[in-house]
Amino acid sequence: MSTATLEPRVQAPRNYLNAEYGWKSWLFTLDHKRIALLYMVSITFFFMVGGAAAVLMRIHLIEPQGALVQPETYNKLFTLHGVIMIFFFLVPSIPTVLGNFLIPLMIGARDLAFPRLNLLSWYIYIVGGLFTLYSAIAGGVDTGWTFYTPYSSTYSNTQVTAVVVGVFINGFSSILTGLNFIVTIHKMRAPGLTWYRMPLFLWAMYATSIIMVLGTPVLAIALFLLALEHLFHVGIFSPALGGDPLLFQHLFWFYSHPTVYIMILPAMGVVSEIIACFARKRIFGYKIVGFSSVAIAVLGFLVWGHHMFVTGQSIYAGLIFSFLSFMVAIPSAIKVFNWTSTLYKGSISYEAPMLYALGFIGLFTMGGLTGMFLASLATDVHLNGTYFIVAHFHYIMVGGAVMGYLGGMHFWWPKISGRKYPNGWAALAAAIIFVGFNLTFFPQFILGYLGMPRRYAFYPAEFQVLNVMSSAGASILGVGYLIPLVYFIWSMRYGPVAEANPWGAKGLEWQTSSPPPTENFTKMPVVTEEAYAYAAEEKINRA
Amino acid sequence: MQGIPIHPDQASTIARSVDHLYFFITAVTLFFTFVIFLTILYFMVKYRRRSPDERPKAIEGSLPLEVLWTAIPTLIAAVIFVWGSSLYFQNSEPPPGAMEIFVTGKQWMWKAEHPEGQREINELHVPLGRPVKLTMTSEDVIHDFFVPAFRVKEDVLPGRYSSLWFEPTRLGTFHLFCAQYCGAFHAGMLGSVIVVEPDEYERWLAGSVLGETMEAAGERLFKENGCITCHLADGTGPAPSLLGVYGNTVHLTNGQTVTADDAYIRESILSPNAKIVNGYKPIMPSFQGQLTEEQILDLIAYIRSLGRSPEKDQGKKQEEEKK
Repeated sequence: MSTATLEPRVQAPRNYLNAEYGWKSWLFTLDHKRIALLYMVSITFFFMVGGAAAVLMRIHLIEPQGALVQPETYNKLFTLHGVIMIFFFLVPSIPTVLGNFLIPLMIGARDLAFPRLNLLSWYIYIVGGLFTLYSAIAGGVDTGWTFYTPYSSTYSNTQVTAVVVGVFINGFSSILTGLNFIVTIHKMRAPGLTWYRMPLFLWAMYATSIIMVLGTPVLAIALFLLALEHLFHVGIFSPALGGDPLLFQHLFWFYSHPTVYIMILPAMGVVSEIIACFARKRIFGYKIVGFSSVAIAVLGFLVWGHHMFVTGQSIYAGLIFSFLSFMVAIPSAIKVFNWTSTLYKGSISYEAPMLYALGFIGLFTMGGLTGMFLASLATDVHLNGTYFIVAHFHYIMVGGAVMGYLGGMHFWWPKISGRKYPNGWAALAAAIIFVGFNLTFFPQFILGYLGMPRRYAFYPAEFQVLNVMSSAGASILGVGYLIPLVYFIWSMRYGPVAEANPWGAKGLEWQTSSPPPTENFTKMPVVTEEAYAYAAEEKINRA
Repeated sequence: MQGIPIHPDQASTIARSVDHLYFFITAVTLFFTFVIFLTILYFMVKYRRRSPDERPKAIEGSLPLEVLWTAIPTLIAAVIFVWGSSLYFQNSEPPPGAMEIFVTGKQWMWKAEHPEGQREINELHVPLGRPVKLTMTSEDVIHDFFVPAFRVKEDVLPGRYSSLWFEPTRLGTFHLFCAQYCGAFHAGMLGSVIVVEPDEYERWLAGSVLGETMEAAGERLFKENGCITCHLADGTGPAPSLLGVYGNTVHLTNGQTVTADDAYIRESILSPNAKIVNGYKPIMPSFQGQLTEEQILDLIAYIRSLGRSPEKDQGKKQEEEKK
């Protein structure tokens, strides 16, 4: 932080970025906006670590016998990729960066309800991350991010304890963040900001927080028991010690299926904001879109058994889990239809955030629809454990959640940094990501249907062509992800200064300056209209 | 795009019906993907912003539309749910008269044992056109038995039996994959299912050198491990006679009943005190760690051969012994 060179350039009024300088002003900050930036830097770092592992895997899989590493190393790479991307990038991404930054701004508050807890949750995240990085440096872990027993507890000779401790600790960061958001949204809304006037991003963050608070403790329990068995041979999961190997899967998926919604709901919230802004329209069916987030959060807790259709669980249990899995898809479908209808008779412009949001809708639609193959019992038997699953959840998590995160970053970047990025480059990056993503993951649907199992360090030669296509796509996707990183960093110094509301958007966060002052609003806002009142001159009858 | 495979072999009786459902869901997926993509593209062009001050009229939403696009996906989901579930239920039980083969997974190989005593590793010979039921267990971690050409898959778990069945409809050699990550050489836990004509299967069985059938091996183990000292055939010993036990109802000391199936016999060998037969004392030692999974399967095969109906089967047994 070179204070001397920055100071003379800053002619802007005091804001949260220039309020204080020096590393202490960041590491001990209680400002939700600065904590959001701490998270932004940390999750970007972890994204690059996880991404590097993915690149190595895709290079390795260009040749059927494996082009790069030993099978043991390959197993460690996909474990590292999964653990880092899920627990240290996707789960925290939108909530801790955009949620942290925006929730107080969107509800017209000065900060979250518990600023110290907020900083603590970042430190917990970092400690968890350090344990995980240590596990990688000290030799790696080869269990897969799912840590299935009894392989993880009694057979793997890798750094299982370190990574389990890391993920366990990190869970508390999630719980505290969720708690903070719930209390903040309940108690600190500006006068006039009723529940039905809240931007849908807040509805989504609220639903996400509920899952974080209710689900994460179960993951902690599962990992704690796993560590007990791994370290002290207490028989819980291993049949050789008198345990039940499937018990772990029940506990694990009870958290880890709802986790999918921790990743996707915030992205849905972001997309609602972007679509409304760039179509200059209220979100079609606002209440239904809001409540569908809550429905997804609730139903999401009742579908974990669809990960276990071929474990020998009762066929009647399979029937119920299959049924509920179809049910949880309905609210998602409703959202897609409502977003599409929001465009109807709108005034649509195509700045970069909108391109990402539209990319999200397309890829999420494909991810959601391909979920039906896996919710259906007869087809899941064939596709479970194959590349079809890998393709499906990457469409949801990368095509969906990462697209949403990038869309959100492009939308709010002028607010966060006070600077604008080059729109042409951003549009180009969106296009490259969309193409690269589809080339990477679409062939994997076919690979899965052909029967190629996931987590294979080498494979029969007939699968090579599709694997090469996928690897080629991954290289394009990698470039696509690097471009925004470059122009975002560039814009911090050289980008044109952003005005308070560069997109002409509604929402309280756009009423304060860019970047906002430390106290967010110089005058406490009062809300007199509903969210997305883009047609302000029109009288809207029903709220 | 020539040379890129897009469709796996169909080599079992269920493959075709699973594929029909697969194609139906694919059609639904493509249809909705195109509807959404085309609608968005159309709106993008038609409603593009023409002047920066445009303020389109607000649209609240539409209840009929919401009902419509809740009902349509729900209906389609219901169709796929019912279709997928009924297929799954139809396929969950093997047809009567299916031949049985026993499979044990271990890091990183598949071992198969035919009732006649033939053993093979990473290969599984089966006759064309006969339903085959596999009873499977694992010696270490969780594996998964997956034959893409048959559209069948089932986890293979340590400490319990799982099963699946198929009826091959095509001759040839098909991939057998492990589809549950099981450690360093998971990708190398690769086998072949070899479907041959029934008479060729008989020849293959006969040509195999290992002569001892599973029943015979089980009978030998029954003696070697001292089971025979207590489990006297006439029921006068300190442990119940095993004649006619298999498949029948057993009354326990706690008043409950269980069916004497593979899982129960396995449990009784490894944790004898878990379920005590009414009228007997918990005196049997555990054989945990003393028998391999294959030996336990042999013992079960022997106990099964002792039959369901004591008199009839015992008679048959004696006749066989005379031969």
